[in-house]
Amino acid sequence: MRRTYLGEFEEVVLLMVAILDGEGYGVTVSQALEEHTGRVVTFGTVHNTLIRLEEKGFVVSELGGATAERGGRRKRLFRVTALGSRALQEIQQLRQELWQLVPPQSLQLSSL
Amino acid sequence: MKRPDALPTPPRVADRLLSWFVAPHLREEVLGDLHEEFAWQVARIGERWARWRYWWDVLGFVKPRFIRRLNPKYSTPNPTDMLRTYLKIALRHLVKNKGYSAINIGGLAVGMAVAMLIGLWMYDELSFNTYHQHYDRIALVMQQQLEAGQIATNNATPMPLEATLRTEYGESFKHIVLASWTGGHILAAGDKKFTETGNYMQPGVPDMLSLKMRKGTRDGLREPASILLAESVAKAYFGEADPIGQLMQLDNKLDVRVTGVYQDLPANSSFRDLQFIAPWDLYVNSKDWLIKSKQLWDNNSFQTYVQLADNVDMAAVSAQIKGVKRAHVDAKLAQQKPDVFLQPMSRWHLYSEWKNGVNTGGRIQYVWLFGLIGAFVLLLACINFMNLSTARSEKRAKEVGIRKAVGSVRTQLISQFFSESLLVVTLTFVLALLSVQLLLPAFNEIADKQLTILWSSPAFWLLSLGFVLLTGLIAGSYPAFYLSSFQAVKVLKGTFRAGRFAAVPRQVLVIIQFTVSVTLIIGTIIVFRQIQFAKDRPVGYSRAGLIMLGMTQEDVHAHFATIRTELIQAGAVAEMAESGSPATGLWSTQNGFSWRGESTDEQVGFGTIFVSHEFGKTVGWQFNAGRDFSRAYATDSSAMVLNEAAVRFMGLKNPVGTFVKWEGKSWKIIGVIKDMVMESPYEPVRRTVYMINNGSGNVVTLRINPNRNVPGALSTIEGVLKKYAAGIPFDYQFVDQAYAQKFGDEERIGNLAFLFAGLAIFISCLGLFGLASFMAEQRTKEIGVRKVLGASVLNLWSLLSRDFVLLVVIAFTVAAPTAWYFLHNWLLKYEYRTTISWWIFAASGVGALLVTLLTVSFQSIRAALMNPVKSLRSE
Repeated sequence: MRRTYLGEFEEVVLLMVAILDGEGYGVTVSQALEEHTGRVVTFGTVHNTLIRLEEKGFVVSELGGATAERGGRRKRLFRVTALGSRALQEIQQLRQELWQLVPPQSLQLSSL
Repeated sequence: MKRPDALPTPPRVADRLLSWFVAPHLREEVLGDLHEEFAWQVARIGERWARWRYWWDVLGFVKPRFIRRLNPKYSTPNPTDMLRTYLKIALRHLVKNKGYSAINIGGLAVGMAVAMLIGLWMYDELSFNTYHQHYDRIALVMQQQLEAGQIATNNATPMPLEATLRTEYGESFKHIVLASWTGGHILAAGDKKFTETGNYMQPGVPDMLSLKMRKGTRDGLREPASILLAESVAKAYFGEADPIGQLMQLDNKLDVRVTGVYQDLPANSSFRDLQFIAPWDLYVNSKDWLIKSKQLWDNNSFQTYVQLADNVDMAAVSAQIKGVKRAHVDAKLAQQKPDVFLQPMSRWHLYSEWKNGVNTGGRIQYVWLFGLIGAFVLLLACINFMNLSTARSEKRAKEVGIRKAVGSVRTQLISQFFSESLLVVTLTFVLALLSVQLLLPAFNEIADKQLTILWSSPAFWLLSLGFVLLTGLIAGSYPAFYLSSFQAVKVLKGTFRAGRFAAVPRQVLVIIQFTVSVTLIIGTIIVFRQIQFAKDRPVGYSRAGLIMLGMTQEDVHAHFATIRTELIQAGAVAEMAESGSPATGLWSTQNGFSWRGESTDEQVGFGTIFVSHEFGKTVGWQFNAGRDFSRAYATDSSAMVLNEAAVRFMGLKNPVGTFVKWEGKSWKIIGVIKDMVMESPYEPVRRTVYMINNGSGNVVTLRINPNRNVPGALSTIEGVLKKYAAGIPFDYQFVDQAYAQKFGDEERIGNLAFLFAGLAIFISCLGLFGLASFMAEQRTKEIGVRKVLGASVLNLWSLLSRDFVLLVVIAFTVAAPTAWYFLHNWLLKYEYRTTISWWIFAASGVGALLVTLLTVSFQSIRAALMNPVKSLRSE
C-alpha cells in the first residue's frame, strides 16, 4: 500500500479534528491546538492545512451551523474519513513498533 | 458566555481587504471563523489586543491557496470570444458560397477602386497650385476688351501696365512680376545643348512662387546676367558638379551665369514647365521691339503676375485697378473699353474659360462630372453588395431561428450580422487598395497625372474608414434588423415567408443601376462621336509627312535658299517654308484692317500670318479662287491670301483683285483658300490673312519627300541643318501628332468615360447574375413542378428572364432623357459639334437588353434544363 505522507503539523491538526469529532472547524481546531499543545498559529495556517488534508482525502467537510458571532456565516465542519483514521492508526502503530526497538539505556542516557 | 450589548466589531478595513483578496468560494467560512474568533478573543484578551490579532490573522491568509480563484464550471465568454465565432461563421459562409462571395467582394472592390482612383484624381485637381505657399495671395492680371461686339478675356497684358501698377497701386502688392511666355529655348553649357522650357521673369518671382532653393539664393535672379535652373535641368547639364557660377548660353546669344538651383515644380502646378528662369531685363534689352514695347499700351504680349500685400483683399484690389489701362490709353484704344482685373491663383486651373466677359468654369466641370461618375459607380457597387447580401440572408432565416432557440438574444444576432458585413467590406477595402496600387501607373498614363495613394494622409484613412463603416452598416442593416426580428417558432415551422413586396426595394435598386449604366453608355458613345466628328473635319491642308521646327533663328533664314535647294536636291523634302505661326496654331491677331464696303467702324482682329512664298505649296492649301504667292511677281510682297472665313466676314463678293488697307499700305487680295483648321478642331476657323514675310519666321515647316522613307529623310535634314545652323538642336515635331494633341482632353475624357461605363455595366451585370442565380435557386421546386406539368424550356426561360428585362426597360426609359439632357448641354460647348441621333439611344437600349438577357439566360436556361426529378426528390 502507498504510504501517504503526513507532515507533523498536519498530523496534529488531523488529530484535533478527530478529537473534536465532527465539531472541528477553523476556530475550534486552532483553539484546541492552543489549549492542548500551546502552539499559537495564524488562522491562515490552520485553514490551509485543513484544506490540504481534505485534498488528500483524510477529512471531508460540509457547510453548516451559522451563529450570530459569525455574522450569520456558515462554518466548514470537518470529519475524519476512513482513510484519515487509518493513516493516524498507521502512524501510531509505526511509532509503537519503533519504541519497541529503542534500547532502554539509550533513552536513559539522553535523558541525563 | 455573556456578551456586552454593543458588540465590538472587527476592523472593517481588514474585512474589506480580506474580501478583496480571498477567493469568493472561501470567503464565507474564512470571514465567519475570523469573526467568531474575534468575539472570543475580545472576551479573553480585550478588544485592543483582539484587533491586533485580527489583523495578524487576516494577513495570515495571504497565501496562494486562498487567493487562487476556483475554475468556473460554466464558461463566461467575453465579447471578443463571441466576435471570434461570428467572424469564423462569416468566413465559413464566404467559403461555402464561393461564387456569391466572389461576385459580392469582386464587384464592390471594383467599385471602391474606381471611387478611390477618381477621388485621388479629384484631390489632385483641387489641390492644383497649392505647392506654392502664397497660393491664396497670388493672382494673374488679366484684361477684358471689346472685340467685334464680344468681350474678349485675355491674360496677355501690355508692358507699361506693370510700371503703372507699381507706381500707382504699389502698396497693394508685395510683388509684381512681368513675364514672357513659358516656352522652349536653346540652353547650352559647354558642348551640351538642349531645348528647355523656361521663361524670363522679374526678380520677385522666386519669392512669389516660394521656390525651394537647393543651391544659391532666391536673390540670384537679381544679378544682371543670371539664370536659375530646376534641379533636374542642373543635373542634366552639370551632373554632380556644383552648378553655381557655371556659364551657360541662352538661345545662342545671351551669356548667363547660374546663380541658383530650385526644386523641380510639381506636376500639379501651373508652373510645372518652368525649368529655368532668366532675368526679365536681360530679355527686354536683347530685342529692339521689346524696348519699344515699354511705352506701348496696345501691345498685349506679356504676362503680369502679382502677389498681394498681406493686409489687402483680392476682390477689393481687383476692383481698384479696373480702370488703370483706360486711364492711360488714347481715345482709339479706349473704344475697346479695356478693363483690368485679378484672376486668383486658386482659379487658374479649374476656372479658365470665359465667354463674353463671364467666367464660365472650365476644368471644374470635369472634376464634378468625374466625381459624379465615381459616386455613381460606387453606388452601383454598393447596391450590388446590398442586393446580394440581403438576397442571401433570406436563406439564413432558419439559422436565425435555431440561434434564437438555443438562446441568442436579438442584440447578439444584430451584432453577428453587422460583424459579418463589416468583415466582408474590410476584405473588399484591402482588395481595392491593392488593385488601386497596381492600376495607378496605367491610370496616370490615361489621365496624364502623377498620382500616388495618400498613404500618410490621415484624411484619406478617415474617409476610407468612414466609407467601410457606412457600407458595412447599410449592407448589414437588412439582415441585422429584419431577420433578427423573426419569431423562432414560425421560422422553424416553415410558416415564415418573405412578403410579396420583399423584392421591391431590390428591384428599385436594379433599376437605378441600369439607369446609371445606360446613361454612361449613351454618354460614352456621344463623346466618341464628337471626337470622331472633329477628327473627320476637313482641315484644308495635308498633314502627311509634314514636320515643323520651332526653334528657328536667323541662321536658318540667312541660308534659307541654300538649305532648301540642298534638301530638295538630296530628295529629302518636297518643299519647305518659313511662317509666323505653325500649321497647328495661330499666334498673332492684329487690328486695323479696312476694306471697301466695310460695315462697321469697330476694331476687329484678323489672324495675321506672315509666310514665305513656299508656305502654300508646303502645307498644300487649296484655293477657292485666285492664285498662290509666287516669287515671279515682285508685287506679291504687298499681296494677301485670305481664307474663306475672312471673305465671309468682310462680305466680299469677288474678293480677288480688290484691295485691303492695313498699316498705311494697300494690299491686293490675290487668292482665297479653303479654311485651314489651325486652332481648335471644335471651333470655327478664324478669319485669317496670309502675307509674305521679309524677316525670319518663327517656324520652319518641311514636307518630307513622299518617296523617301521618313528616318532617312530626317537624318538628311538634320545633317544639312547642322551644316548651316549649328546652333539649333534638331527638335522637330510631326504636324499630325501636334494636331492629334488637340484632341487630348476630349480623348482623355472619352477614354475615362469608356472605362467607367464599362465598369458600371460590368458591376451591374455581376449583380444581375448573382440575383438571377439566386432567383433560379429559390424557384427550383416551382420550375420542377412546371416541367412535370409540361412547360417547355422556352416557357421557363421567358418566365425567369421576363422580370429582369422589364427592369431594364424601365431603366432605359429613365436613362434616355437624362442622357440626352446632359449631353445636349455638353455639346453646346462646342461650336462644331455632332448631332445626337436616335440610333445612339436605340443601340444602347438594345445593347443593355442583350447584355441583360445574356447574363440572366445563363442562369435561367440552366435552371430550366434541370431534371425535375432531381429538384423534386429531396424533401
